[in-house]
Formats: sequence, structure tokens, C-alpha cells
Amino acid sequence: MESTVKSNLKTEEYFINMGPQHPATHGVLRLILTIDGEIIKNVEPDLGYIHRSIEKMCERDSYQQIVHLTDRMDYLSSHINNEAVCLVVEKALEIEVSDRVKVIRTIIAELTRLASHQLWWGVLGMDIGALTTYFYAFRDREMINDIFEETCGARLTMNYNLPGGLMFDIHPNFVKRTKEFIAHFKTKIPEYDKLLSGNVIFQKRTKGIGILSQEDAISFGATGPVARGSGVSSDIRKIHTYSAYDKVNFNEALSTEGDCFARYSVRIQEMWESLSIIEQLIDNIPEGDIQTPTKAVIKLPKGEYYQRVETARGELGVYVNSTGTKNPYRVKFRSPGLSNLSVINSLAKGSKIGDLVAIMSTIDIVVPDIDR
Amino acid sequence: MSYFSDIYNGIKTLLTGMSVTGHYFVRARKGAITQQYPDNRDTLKMFDRFRGEVIMPHDEVNEHRCTGCQKCEIACPNGSIEIIWDRGIDEVTGKKKKKIDKHIYHLAMCTMCGLCIEACPTDAIVWAQNYENSVYDRTQLTKVLNQPGSKVKAGIED
Amino acid sequence: MSIPLSITKTIHDWLFSIMPESAASITEMVLIATAYLILFAVAGLYLVYLERKVAAWFQLRLGPNRVGPLGLFQTMADALKLVSKELTSTDRIDKLLYNLAPYFVIITSLTALAVFPFSKQFQAFDINIGMFFLIAVSSIGVIGILLGGWSSNNKYALIGAMRSGVQTISYELSVGLSILTMVLLTGSLQLSEIIEIQRTGGWLILQGHVPAIIAFMIFMIAGTAETNRAPFDLVEAESELGAGFHTEYSGMKFAYFFLAEFINMLIIASIAVVLFFGGWLSPFGITEGITWFPEVLWFFIKVLIIILLMMWFRWTFPRLRVDQLLTLEWKYLLPINLVNIVFMAIIIWLNWTI
Repeated sequence: MESTVKSNLKTEEYFINMGPQHPATHGVLRLILTIDGEIIKNVEPDLGYIHRSIEKMCERDSYQQIVHLTDRMDYLSSHINNEAVCLVVEKALEIEVSDRVKVIRTIIAELTRLASHQLWWGVLGMDIGALTTYFYAFRDREMINDIFEETCGARLTMNYNLPGGLMFDIHPNFVKRTKEFIAHFKTKIPEYDKLLSGNVIFQKRTKGIGILSQEDAISFGATGPVARGSGVSSDIRKIHTYSAYDKVNFNEALSTEGDCFARYSVRIQEMWESLSIIEQLIDNIPEGDIQTPTKAVIKLPKGEYYQRVETARGELGVYVNSTGTKNPYRVKFRSPGLSNLSVINSLAKGSKIGDLVAIMSTIDIVVPDIDR
Repeated sequence: MSYFSDIYNGIKTLLTGMSVTGHYFVRARKGAITQQYPDNRDTLKMFDRFRGEVIMPHDEVNEHRCTGCQKCEIACPNGSIEIIWDRGIDEVTGKKKKKIDKHIYHLAMCTMCGLCIEACPTDAIVWAQNYENSVYDRTQLTKVLNQPGSKVKAGIED
Repeated sequence: MSIPLSITKTIHDWLFSIMPESAASITEMVLIATAYLILFAVAGLYLVYLERKVAAWFQLRLGPNRVGPLGLFQTMADALKLVSKELTSTDRIDKLLYNLAPYFVIITSLTALAVFPFSKQFQAFDINIGMFFLIAVSSIGVIGILLGGWSSNNKYALIGAMRSGVQTISYELSVGLSILTMVLLTGSLQLSEIIEIQRTGGWLILQGHVPAIIAFMIFMIAGTAETNRAPFDLVEAESELGAGFHTEYSGMKFAYFFLAEFINMLIIASIAVVLFFGGWLSPFGITEGITWFPEVLWFFIKVLIIILLMMWFRWTFPRLRVDQLLTLEWKYLLPINLVNIVFMAIIIWLNWTI
């Protein structure tokens, strides 16, 4: 019966542009969809609308000046990007930073990860249709922004790290404010669960949608919560430990189903783990120097250096090729967003348009990270 | 039978969600988290370390601390600072010394990274807490940081 | 209240005394229509303002509070803005249908407002098939949506209109069946009769206990879906594709669609109040004896509570996908509704109503 119906009806596929300006694509991303009725047949992302040639600009700047360019790549985890560049330079120069610097960098990195996940949660709710989650997430995020503003002076693009340490010491109120925030936020995550995670409508829209198998996740190179939601254990903080992550105990959030709800719950679990990391470190920040002295003009010895860190979206890699002069010869950023975005065609084929929005939101891309 | 338990669980989760928003609804007046911006300008204060724009503080006798060493110009990643300097005779010691004519700061290009302020050896430039920087005419964003008629304080060495 | 009765009676007598009978009755009808148009406009403006304020309170912010005292003139400013906009249209639209579509939705909303008993004397059109008339008239609104989407010559508008069409005609079934459940109790379709029965026997939701509560829940869900409000608002879901069937409309025509949505919400709330919660009757008859107390106030308070409930739904729940929406209707709501009618019939037959 179905085959006779199909052969007698002539349907056409048509192209729809989910264009650069769209409320659901979290940035300037163009998706060319081929749709047959309500079913999506092909998704092709078209990138490059926000390419600012950051890697080229790094070739004319000195090593201290590269740091502020990485702020604007994945702007939601700007401190972690800065940390990556500083770690590469410190690794190449073989200098050790003091424990105080490591602990402060870790605390601020975890706060950044929390802020990024809060924004992700708010925007996910808004895309799926529950419009009040955006405001609740931003209310909690404002507290983190206040912590950053008091210590570093800027809310989002902080530029607080320098190769060799931090720019200046933390504010005396930093510990108090962070503790208040932890106490406040611990009561809020259960509220997030009550409002969105437990909701039957939300679960119907995300369970069983966009299933990414473990082999696909490894072969596409997906990292971060996208891979961890499919069971690939890839947390850089545990595998190639850096900064103060060897001093803390935390679990890696893993889930095996690989659908949108698994990625969602991995991120919520990561929020809990970040809170526990901050709690373990905040009370005993060791004393020490804020900056290890380097020369004013940093010249890396000749060679290639690589460092990976775990941003809120996945693995960021910084590759520096130096010929011994004061500017790097080539800097390359391995961005997590580009590899994560590449899974979208295999996830979205055969699903409906409403599912595409849910899939995009749970992959959590930030387009400036992809286009650099 | 799962038909009925589905319905029951569904309604229960929906009511839990409604209780969260209902809770905020009844506390609406006191719990508003937005600020009424143009009305509260008088009481709005930024944090001390807030990065508004770069200024050069002058004291009462119109003196600043900038010696024209150009370290901030070298440190700036994208050329937002230009220093126009000259070699003149220093009154106190009688030797030839650099002194600045104009310290030009392009607020439009500045990324607020703070490297210039870190690089300055005499603390001549600091962060201001001014966040209302929008103008109608773009040329007003190119500022000259040292005020006309000012000179460097005596005794500052870089 | 007795004051309107004497006002309408004096105007009625005065008109008939100065003009021949046919002209007087036509003038009277024009006056009543104007009064309802004013009611419609004020209700529409007030509901838009209320929606924005309530949304703000759920979202931890204050709503409009600058234009006028407490922001009450905000909707006036919005209406002025919409009136002054240019009525654009794309080329190759179907001109007649494009211009006709908004009028379908507005006219049906206005016509449906005519039969409601706002108070004992404040009812424009009291016919003995009141309920049936309401359901019939609100079904005509679907045509406006489908015409609007089709004639816009726009892929996205067409998708939105088709989705909305299928959603509306599915949920009309549930609305009709749950109304039927309550009509079984009252035995009459006339709206003023329904309220009379509630005055003597208590509110209908208490009279038919369990099946009436189930019917109320189904009615609220189906009514929210009828008016394309969240969580069933994928027709106008901004984060999916454009703005649905009214993408290509601007200015006053867009204002018609927009207002019609709010008036539909008012109609659904009014039906719920009349059928389940006693219309303009006061709870436990507390103000029955006070002659100067306007019963219209009770009606509007109850309608406001139901509208607040619908707004609560909108700002809490995520959106359903179109196939989940249809599954909800055809596999869950409809069977429960049918079983509920049988249940109610059994209860009435065995005289177990309160």
C-alpha cells in the first residue's frame, strides 16, 4: 500500500536556507537544508561569515599580545582559551608557575565553564520553547560575571592571564563572593531540573533524537560533552592533566545513549562537578608569586609546541611553530566547534525540522570558535 | 496500563514545572533582577578594577606622569596608542630628554586588554570607570590623553 | 444590576418614539454593535498589556512601566505604530485572498463575543442554541489562517498555515466533546439557561464531580491548542522558521491576526467560565442580595483567573513538535473524552450528581 502511494505521488525536495540571521543558530551560521515535506534529507553548513583571521594576526604579535586575541574565539570560555596559550608558552620556555597561579587559574576556569553551561541551558530552553529559562540562567550567570568584574575588570573577555602567571592578584573579596555563589547555585540546579529536565514535553523532544553512536563520535573527532554523551571518555582534564587538576577529585560525566537528552544530562552533571572542584580549591589557595619573571621580549626556542585544554565545548588545541624570533611563525588553533559541527549531517538526516533545533542546541556551538 | 501511568507522570512533571514559575510569579515585585538603567545613573557604581577606558590622570597643577618612553605603544597589540614625542631640554637636569607632545588613544580600536597599563613603568595611564562611550561622530573617539598645557611631573624616571 | 436595565430600556423607548419601527430597530442594532466593538478593542488592548506584564513577572523583571501610569498606554502606542505602518505585500500574491484573510479571523471572534452572558441583562444575542453557535462560528476562523498562508506566496508561511490548520481542526473535536459532556448535565444549549441551572444547583464543575473535572482539564488543553498558544505555538515559533502564516502581513492586517489571537483566548476563557464556573454568579451566592453590585465584575474576575492560567502554561512549558501534538490529540485526548462522556451519562442516569 505504501509503495503504490509513493509511486503515484510526486513530491519535490526543496532547499531552505536557515540563513546567517536566525534566532536558533547561535551566531552567524548558514545551514542549507534539503527538505522533503517535514523530513530533512541533507544539512550542509556554510561557514566563514565571521572569519577574522585570528591565526594570521597572531603572526605579527608577540606572545603576550596573542593572549587577548584568543578571548574572542570562543567567547564563552575566554579564560580557558587564554590559559591554553599561556600554557604553551610556559611549556616551551620550560618555566614553572607557582601553585597559587595554578589554583587561581583552575578556579576561574571552572567558573567560566559554569557560566558557559548556564548560558547554554538558558538558550536551550528558549529554543525548545520554554521562554523563561533564559532569564533564570542569566540571573545566576550575573553572579559569576560580578566575580569576574571585581577581580579582572571585565565580565566576559578577561585577558587576565599572561605567559608566566597572572596580570595582577585576585581581589580580597574573591573568596567570599565565590563561596556565596556556590551556596546560591547549589539550590538552583535542582530548580533547573524541576523546570526543564523533568518536564515530559522536554523529554519527548530530546529523548531518542539525534543519536550519535560511539564509533561515529570517535571518527568525526567530536570532543567534549558531545562525545561524552555517546560514551567516549575524553576529558582532557583527566587524561593530559594541566594546572591544578591533579589536586582535585572529580568524576567524568559520561552517558551511553548518545541522544540529545544524554548530552543535556552530561552538561548538567558537569555543572555539579565544577561546583565540587571549586569547593575543593577555594578554601586553601596557597600563597606564592603571581608572576614568574620572564624576559620582556619572549622568544621561544625553535620548534613546534602543542597544548590541549578542555573548554566548555570540547578540546581546544594550540599549536605554535616558532623559528626563534619574537613573533611565532605559525599558530594554529584546533577548535572544538568545527569537529562538533561536522556531526550534524549524520544526526539530522531523517528527522524533522523541530528536531534540528534541538540537535543544534545540544551540540552547543559558538560560531566564532568555528570560523576564528 | 503504561498508558495511564504515562498520563499520570506527565501531569505530575508539568505541575512541578508550573510550581517553579509560579513561585517566582508571586514574588515578582521584590524579586525583579533588572535594573532601571537610565533612572539609576546616580547610584550606579562600577567595581574598582572595571575596564572602562584608558585615561591619564592629571593632578591639581595640570601635571601628568608620562615620560614618553613609548612602552605602551609597543605593548599595544593593534596600534590603538600613538605617541607623538620630541626631544627637549629638561629644566631640572639640563640634559636632553624625551617629552611627549601628544598621547593619542583610539578608543574605537581598543580591545581593553590592559597590556598598555601593565607595561607603563611610571603608572601614567590607568583605567577609568566610564562606561557610556557612545558618540554620534566617530572622530570623537580618537582622544588625546594629555591635556593641553600640561607637563610631566618633575622627578619621574622610567 | 438594575441600572443598565433602565438605561437600555430608556434608550429603547426613546428610539422607538422618534423613529418608525424598522429604522429604530436598525439604529438599536448599530448601537449595540458599536458598544461591542468598543468592548472588543478595549479588551484586546488590555489583554496584550496584561500578557506583557504577566510574562515579565514570570521572568523576574518588570513589564512595560514607562508609557503612561504603570505603562497602561503601552498598547495604545503599539497600536498607533501598527496603524502608521505601510501595508506591504509581495508580488504574485493572490490579491483577493490576501486581503480577505485577516477579516475572517476578526469577524468570527467578534461574532462569538456576541452570545456571552456577561451579566443577567448584558447579553446581546440569547438564542436557544448558544453553545452550538459558538463552536460553529469559531470553526470559521481556520479559513482565515489557511488563506493567509496560501496567498502569501511564501514557503515558510505555507508550512506554518498547514500546520496550524491541521492543529485547529483536530483540537476542535476535543473542545466540542468536552462541551458536550457538560451539556449533558444541563440539558440545554442556551447560555442563560446554563447559568440558571448553576444558580440553583451550584457550579457545574461541582455538580458533575469527577467527569466534570476531567472535562475541564481536557477543555483547557484543547482550548490552548485551538488558539495557537504555547505550548502548541509552533505555528508562530520564531526560532524555527520565520513567523508562520502571518510572515507577509504588516501594519493593520498583522494587528488583526494578533488581536484575534487574544480575543480567541478571551472566548475560550469565557466558555470555560460559563460552563464550569457559574458565569456571573458569585461563589456561594454571597452578593446575591446586593442590588447595586455589578455581576459583570464576577464574570471578569473569573475570566481573568482562567486567562492567567493560560499564560502560566505559555511561559513554563516547551513547545511540542507537530507530530507529538497530533499524537496527543488523537491517541490521548479523544479516547479519554469519549469514555468521559459515557461516564457522565452513567452518573446522570444513576442520579449520582451532587
